[in-house]
Amino acid sequence: EFAIFLKTKFSYFCLPFIEAESMKILVCVSNVPDTTTKVTFTDNNTKFNTAGVQFIINPYDELALTRALEITEKQGGTVSTVTVGLADTDASIRKALAIGATDATRINAEPTSAYFVAEQIAAYAKDQAFDLILTGRESIDYNGGQVAGLLGEMLGMPSVNVITKIDIENGVATMERDIDGGKEKLSCKLPLVASAQKDLTEPRIPNMRGIMAARTKPLNVIEPVAGELTSATIGFDLPAAKGGVKLIPAEQAEQLIDLLHNEAKII
Amino acid sequence: MSILVFAESIDGVFKKSTFEAVSYGSEVAKKTSSTCVVVSIGNVDDSKLAELANYGADKIVSIKGDKVSNFSAQAYAKAIATVASAEGSNIIVISNTYSGKSVSPRVAAKLKAGIASGVISYPDTSSGFKVRRSVFSGKAFADVDVKTVTKVIAITPNTFDLVTNSKPANIVAADGGLSDADFVTQTIEVSRVTGKIPLTEAEIVISGGRGMKGPENWGMIEELATILGAATACSKPVSDMDWRPHSEHVGQTGITIKPNLYIAVGISGAIQHLAGVSSSKVIVAINKDPEAPFFKAADYGIVGDAFEVLPKIIEAAKKLKG
Ligand SMILES: Cc1cc2nc3c(=O)[nH]c(=O)nc-3n(C[C@H](O)[C@H](O)[C@H](O)COP(=O)(O)OP(=O)(O)OC[C@H]3O[C@@H](n4cnc5c(N)ncnc54)[C@H](O)[C@@H]3O)c2cc1C
Ligand SMILES: Nc1ncnc2c1ncn2[C@@H]1O[C@H](COP(=O)(O)O)[C@@H](O)[C@H]1O
Repeated sequence: EFAIFLKTKFSYFCLPFIEAESMKILVCVSNVPDTTTKVTFTDNNTKFNTAGVQFIINPYDELALTRALEITEKQGGTVSTVTVGLADTDASIRKALAIGATDATRINAEPTSAYFVAEQIAAYAKDQAFDLILTGRESIDYNGGQVAGLLGEMLGMPSVNVITKIDIENGVATMERDIDGGKEKLSCKLPLVASAQKDLTEPRIPNMRGIMAARTKPLNVIEPVAGELTSATIGFDLPAAKGGVKLIPAEQAEQLIDLLHNEAKII
Repeated sequence: MSILVFAESIDGVFKKSTFEAVSYGSEVAKKTSSTCVVVSIGNVDDSKLAELANYGADKIVSIKGDKVSNFSAQAYAKAIATVASAEGSNIIVISNTYSGKSVSPRVAAKLKAGIASGVISYPDTSSGFKVRRSVFSGKAFADVDVKTVTKVIAITPNTFDLVTNSKPANIVAADGGLSDADFVTQTIEVSRVTGKIPLTEAEIVISGGRGMKGPENWGMIEELATILGAATACSKPVSDMDWRPHSEHVGQTGITIKPNLYIAVGISGAIQHLAGVSSSKVIVAINKDPEAPFFKAADYGIVGDAFEVLPKIIEAAKKLKG
């Protein structure tokens, strides 16, 4: 408690004078199948079929990482990444390092649910005094969009979803986020968890120097803490194939309205 | 035991997705022989709150005040969790809107509850508690067993029918246990497109792609949308070139929508585009290329030039809507 007291007092008084804006940022990076993947399952529809599938950094996480780098390039600081996954995620992690992350940590466990992932990241992050934790809006495979909120609650930090802008000044983040039917501009004191929406920035392509540097940057592997099994995926299914398209001749395009009204009964 | 539904409101008004969530909650309550409690956070008049009882709310808990007039994920989540504990709720139902998605995981973490989001089925309680959710951007479904005693179920908007089940409006006020310290984010400005149907709520969407050739040709798309009461959308390159605003971009990296009717004009039907629209109930593709992949995902198709086809459709729609 005394340490926390000292730290807050110290930074409170010194913030305006020393390295006020140097940021310690954590970006949560997940490893997902490429967007063109044809999704199939094996083992009696209980496992995603990874055969021939190209894995990438989740596109939203890449935006989060890039924005984190833009912030630290401007005002100093470090960008760490964390991934919950087995060794097969290392290629994506190295790519994150090549794009510019300072260091990376992999928590060596299968990411079985968003709750489990958040528990692992929370346990890792809780004593490290990150100013800002960024995630993607959602992972494009399991599409939960849950990790940011779960992490925020587990770490006792505010969370702001789907941000399209973030700037930091005097320990306060000013952001824009998508809301239903529009946009909200808001601010929040750090520390903070936020999730990246498209438009946050443009992704960066790693250059040769980055790729070389990534080879020697630290990729720390740590073992998971005991987590709770709150939910389990028991099987998968594919949507029923469409019955086939009903073609309407272009010269009689007006028939479409009749079909939508009388046959599909949708207008 | 009870089911607790979060009734989201915007400026004192409930949206259809809220009534869907209440309908869902009251159906689950019926199935599990429990009651359906609804919590509203925000300054909603009693006459509006009473609408929730039309969809089967047995009890309506209303949290009002200046502070809750702006959305705050942590404060709202705390209030929902407080009410859930007070009401002994074991299933919390939240619609997967932007606001819903911000609060549901926080509620789950607070209550140490398992969470399933993007849920598109009623729970199957024959063994365990199974729900189906949509994954891989609509390319597949996953069946999830939620194993904790308390569960958070975040349902996909536009998936469940409204079920009318009128009950007397039993409205009670509460404070949700909130204090100043719970309001950590400050809203600076909210801007909503008014007079237009938000894309995520629209039942009909008319969407244009690069085949529309340029922003000056969107008049036809907008005219058809106005006649049919539809929202407008576009493909990614169209918003990238600033022909249309980014808020209209649908697909893998844009908005995911699930309207009853999606009409795609001059859009090829790339897998990343389909990812955001393939759950639409009826899909119409209009494209001059008979090989366009969109025809494989469509229910109705017209192979032809959009500039000749659309005027015919607009005329017919005008006649129908008189
Ligand atoms: C990681 C990633 C994410 C992506 N995310 C998205 C996304 O979220 N949303 C998205 O839309 N795309 C996305 N894309 C892009 C996607 O792959 C396609 O490039 C894009 O959807 C094509 O847009 P389009 O159909 O408008 O244009 P085009 O592919 O150029 O197709 C235009 C179509 O119009 C037809 N046409 C031309 N003239 C006429 C006419 N006069 N009348 C009728 N038809 C005509 C053509 O036959 C053609 O089929 C993503 C790509 C990647 C790699
Ligand atoms: N296994 C993982 N390791 C690290 N971060 C993750 C992992 N899974 C999800 N995330 C983060 O959480 C975000 C939302 O994921 P999800 O809740 O799964 O949709 C992603 O964009 C990532 O930033």
